[in-house]
Parts: sequence; C-alpha cells; structure tokens
Amino acid sequence: MRNTVKLSLHIPDAPARPGEKPNFSYLQIPEAGSVRCPDVATSPAEMRDLAYDLIRVLDWDHRAVGPWNPRLAPETLRRVLKLMVIDRIFEDRMFRAQRQGKTSFYMRGLGEEAIAMAHAFAVTAKDMCFTSYRQQGLLIARGCPIIEMMNQVYSNAGDKQHGVQMPLHYSFPEYGYFAMSGNLATQVSQAVGWAMASAYRGGDKIAVAFVGDGATAEGDFHAGMLFASVYRAPVIISISNNQWAISMCQAIAGGEQTTFASRGLGVGLPALRVDGNDFLASYAAVQWAAERARSNLGATVIEFVTYRGHSHSTSDDPTRYRPADDYAAWPLGDPIDRLKRHLTALGEWSEDQHAAYEAKAAEEVRALQAQAENIGTLEAGKHPNPEVLFENVFEQPDWRHKLQRQELGV
Amino acid sequence: MNMVQALNSALDVMMAKDPNVLTFGEDVGYFGGVFRVTEGLQKKYGKTRCFDAPISELGIVGVGIGMAVNGLRPVVEIQFADYIYPAYDQLVSEAARIRYRSVGGYTAPITVRSPYGGGIFGGETHSQSPEALFTHVAGLKTVIPSTPYDAKGLLISAIEANDPVMFFEPKRLYNGPFDGHHERPAVPWSQHPASEVPEGHYTVPLGKAAVVRKGEAVTLLCYGTMVHVARSAAEESGIDAEILDLRTLVPLDLEAIVASVRKTGRCVIVHEATETGGYGGELVALVQKHCFYHLEAPVERVCGFDTPYPHGFEWEYFIGPARVATAMRRVLEG
Repeated sequence: MRNTVKLSLHIPDAPARPGEKPNFSYLQIPEAGSVRCPDVATSPAEMRDLAYDLIRVLDWDHRAVGPWNPRLAPETLRRVLKLMVIDRIFEDRMFRAQRQGKTSFYMRGLGEEAIAMAHAFAVTAKDMCFTSYRQQGLLIARGCPIIEMMNQVYSNAGDKQHGVQMPLHYSFPEYGYFAMSGNLATQVSQAVGWAMASAYRGGDKIAVAFVGDGATAEGDFHAGMLFASVYRAPVIISISNNQWAISMCQAIAGGEQTTFASRGLGVGLPALRVDGNDFLASYAAVQWAAERARSNLGATVIEFVTYRGHSHSTSDDPTRYRPADDYAAWPLGDPIDRLKRHLTALGEWSEDQHAAYEAKAAEEVRALQAQAENIGTLEAGKHPNPEVLFENVFEQPDWRHKLQRQELGV
Repeated sequence: MNMVQALNSALDVMMAKDPNVLTFGEDVGYFGGVFRVTEGLQKKYGKTRCFDAPISELGIVGVGIGMAVNGLRPVVEIQFADYIYPAYDQLVSEAARIRYRSVGGYTAPITVRSPYGGGIFGGETHSQSPEALFTHVAGLKTVIPSTPYDAKGLLISAIEANDPVMFFEPKRLYNGPFDGHHERPAVPWSQHPASEVPEGHYTVPLGKAAVVRKGEAVTLLCYGTMVHVARSAAEESGIDAEILDLRTLVPLDLEAIVASVRKTGRCVIVHEATETGGYGGELVALVQKHCFYHLEAPVERVCGFDTPYPHGFEWEYFIGPARVATAMRRVLEG
C-alpha cells in the first residue's frame, strides 16, 4: 500500500518566542473547586480523570472553595506566606551574590515557592525529601538556619558540606533533605527505595521525589514509578511542571499530547494534576498523597502546574528563548501574591502588613548574608582546609588518597 | 562447595545474621536466580527479603541505593554484567558519591553482584568484563573472586562494608576452576582445596591479594578466571612464575604487587577484559612507578582483544595458558 501523504516530522515548539506575545492558550484552566476529591482508598482505576484535570482551591476572587480546600487556620497561612517571602528574598540575594562574583552558580525558584512549602507542611522532617533544584523552601520552613544555606552557597569555612558540592546542592539529614544530585531524576528511584526500606521495616515514614517536567523523560523517572507501583512503596512522586527545561518548552518533554501526571497511569498509580501556584491546592494534594502513603495504599504521582519565573540558572538568559514578559502573563499568577490576596480577602492580612513584613525580612536576610560573607565567599575569606577533599570518598581513605594528599601538600 | 553454593552460603549467613540484609533482582526470588545463587533464600527468609524485580537495571540499582541510604544492606543482582550499563549513572553519579557529597551525612552500602566474564559461549551480551568502567570511578570498590572460599569471604566483606561494592562473579568459575583448556573435560570444584568452605561466617578482607603460586622468574598479576589460566600456564611452561590473585581491584593491594615484582624483576598482567583502557594499563603504570629500577624487561599485558566478544570464536578469543606462556617467554627473553 502506498502512503497517501508525504511523511513529515513534527517538532514541537514553544507557543511564543522572544518578540512575540506570550501565549498560554494550550493551558486549560477549570474553575476553582470544580474537581472532585475522592477518598484516598479509591481504586486508581476509578480516578484517572484527576490526571487530566487541574485541582484549584483559590478562585479568581481569592476565596478558598471546593472539596480540596484544606481549611487551614489563617495563622498557618500567615506562616506559610512569611516563609515564602523569606525564601524569595533569600534566593534573590544569592542570585545577586553570584552576579557580584561571590559564588560560582545559583538557580532561583521564583514562582515555585508554594510547591516546596506545600511539602514542608504536609510531610515531616522525619520523612525524606529527594529534591530537585527549586525546593530550598523546604529547608527554610523546617527551621534550617539560613546562614548555613548561605555558607553552603559560598563554600566557605562554615559550609557543613566542606565546600565539595556546588551551590544549593544541599544535604541536610536533620531536616529530611537528601543530598541533592545535579543528575536529574536519578533520585526518583532512590526515593522509592528509601520508602521501600521504611515499609520493609514496618515503619511509618514516607519519601518524596521531586522531578521537573524536562527530567520526566529520564529512564529513572519511569523505573522509579514502576517500582513504586509494583511494591506499593509509600512515596510521593512530585513533578514540578514549570514549563521550561533551560530553553526547552514542556512540549519537548512530551507535554503537548498529554499531561505529565498521566505518566503515572500507565503503571497503575493514581495521579493528581494541581495548580502549583495555589498553595492551598498544592498542600491539599500533597496531604492527600501522604495520607494514602501512610495508609499503606502506596505511591501517588502529582503534577504541579507552575512557571519558572526566572532563568534556569545564573548561566542562561531566558530572554533569548522566551518572551521577556512571559511570566507576567502566566495565567495562574504568582504564588505569594495569590496567598497574600487570599489572606487579605479573609481580613487576616493587608498590603501594609505585607510591605512591612517584606522590609523586615529583607533586613534580616541581609544581616545574615553579611555574617556569612564575614566567614567567607567562594573567592575570599575562610574556607575548609583542602585536606577535606580526600575525605569521605570511602569510609576510610585508601593509599591513593594518602599519596595524593601528600602530593597536594596538605 | 562450588562457587554458586559458596555465594549462596554467604547470602544465607548474612541474612541470618543481619535483618537489614535483603536481596533482589531479575529471577532472584522464587526461581533463585538464573545461576541459582539465591536458591532457597526466598523460602527461608520470606518474600520481603528475597524477591524478583522488574527488568530495569537502573531501577534495581536506584532502588537499592535508596534502601541503603535508609539503613538497609541490599545485595542486588544484575543478571549479567553485560546488562549493567543502564544502571551506570546510578552507580557512577549516585552510589559512588553520596557519602562524599553529603560529607558522610548519607551513605549507600549497597552490594551489586553480577555474573561476569567469558568462556560460556555467551557472545557479546553474556561474556563481557566491564570492571575497568567501575575501577575508574572514585567511590566504588571492585571485587572479583577466583575460588569458592574467597567468593564467600569476599561477599561477606562486601555486604559488611559501609561503602558501595561492585562484586563481579566469573561465571565460568561457578562450577569448576576452569583453566582455559576447553578441550579437556570440565573439572569440578570438589577436587580443589578452595572448595572447602566453612558453613558459618568468615571474611576475606577487601584490599588483600593472595599469592597463589610462589615463584622467582616472573610475576603474573591476574584475577577471576585468569588466575586458573595463569596457574596452568606456569605449570605447563615450566616457568617459575609467582602468581598474584588480586581479588580486589579497588582497593588494590599495591604492597603485594610491589614486593613480588621487585623480587622477580618481571611482570605480566592477564585479564579477560579488552586491552585498551583496561585495568591492566593501570597496573602497568603502578608497576613502572614503583618497581622501575627492579625491572629487567618491559611489562607485558595479555588481555581480551579489542573487539566485541565473538560468539563463534570463543576459544580464539578466550585467553588460554598458551597465550600467557608466550608472554612470559617474551618477558624472560627481554
């Protein structure tokens, strides 16, 4: 049989490039409160629709509505808001510090703050989070001293990781924050294994794996989901779909024909798709998945639909590959702004209070940064002794490390 | 015991001793592994401690790492070393570096067992010797036993180690000490002294080579199946070779190598793996650095040819005693 048409390749492209008007027509946004909230014990086969919908709690008038409304106390919401403000200020300062030559590299999580915060409040520090790049809000929410994070970014003498790891590739066992890997998606299967160990022992801890839309293409993501399903691991696999993987739009990762949440359906996992810029919806989704995991019902995949408000890292300029005003046009708004408006609508917060808090937080973060820089930055000040670079390759150094340390003269 | 039974015994001993030890991999559970190394363990210890895994090496290793980080001591099986490449990123970028990047805050004491090497008509996908891909990586230990006694003692050491260990099992040695003489009847382990394997717990330390034959004329550095090939080469050629079974490549027993080569002044390195970029090159560099003024001749390598493993030419490709003897003669003439 002969082809009736000439074959051609389809190469997806971003809906808008520099100089063009932002275009988010590909994103279907249902009304807040319109998505059902099944019981966690529901069979995954009976809630496949949730992988294609979009769970939203905050409506256009900034009210919390519908069955996913977690009904958190205003006091809790104020805490979340304040933590997100601190997170954003901290990250802005660190980004600028890189521009000032004080460190080698940084990546901002602008616009994705609610996702980390949702996990910080819905799972505990005794559980384990295997993070990607933009979840440092977890550490801030759990009380990790910000100066310790700054010391890590500067690889200075106060860095608990002894300067061996790139900025923001944190490792904080005391806050349930696994040693982050720059090889994306590798930690999905590790989170599943961690969760399996918890179940093996009959414990009550769960794990969370974070992955971006781009890295869902990696085999580790698919293998991790499969093992999680096969062994019913108590794990949450959280996809931050921020629309961009450096310069590649989410369509290149396979987001054009279906949703990222739906990746879970093929292995029989339940999957939720959530407005990631809506803290209440994000929290409710993580809470739902955590309850499922803790009830020994197994893993859940969650896609958080969000937008990477800044560059991928200090090494790229997003105006080279997307419209400069893309983030401003993002239809799901900004997570801090939306929670602020919600609290204000409740009469529990105001623009004045917000401005005052921002000023106070900026002052505090600036003071901490001065303290950290007083210890040292990557280029100046006090650093760990170079002998540490030969430690922790193995439990005990072998003869090579002893000889090589002598060669370096430390 | 043969080597399969010895490895099974090591797992049995460790699973009995430590509830955190578990094992999984393809066909590992109910069936007991395609080479029978995990036979009976599921029945004895239950399905949660010995189970089958999806055919996903990167998943098996990634999940194993996560378990190890959370306090378990998983022993995972990669059915053939030839199948390990999908897991390479997990081993190189993750298992090897978790201790380092977290400054000891997290560790991944996983043991990766894998049948390895040629001599079984396995062709290009069931015969490879990829150890150099792992010895090159900072943070991984690499072990290759040559006898049932060592296999058990080394596997117990690997499981007890607080670092990730690659444990390659020369599959041609599972049932007998094969010396490369494929034309002769197969010899079972029962006639070999190293088949006497204690039932209980014992260890063979990582990082210690064994002198399997004392000699004065030339030092043969080898491991795995080549230990037995080297021994036959020495006996058949009448050359008084000293044979070192390295047993672990990382950490390497440099002291034993240096002592032997300084004594004999000559060195031949034998390994199944392809020559270019193989571990033999590392050994040559170390020998010339530490023994240069004791050497009477250039160091020789006898290695796998730099081709894929050819199914129909098993015995042209597989290193036999004759190739080793020829290299020894060249070195003795040199």
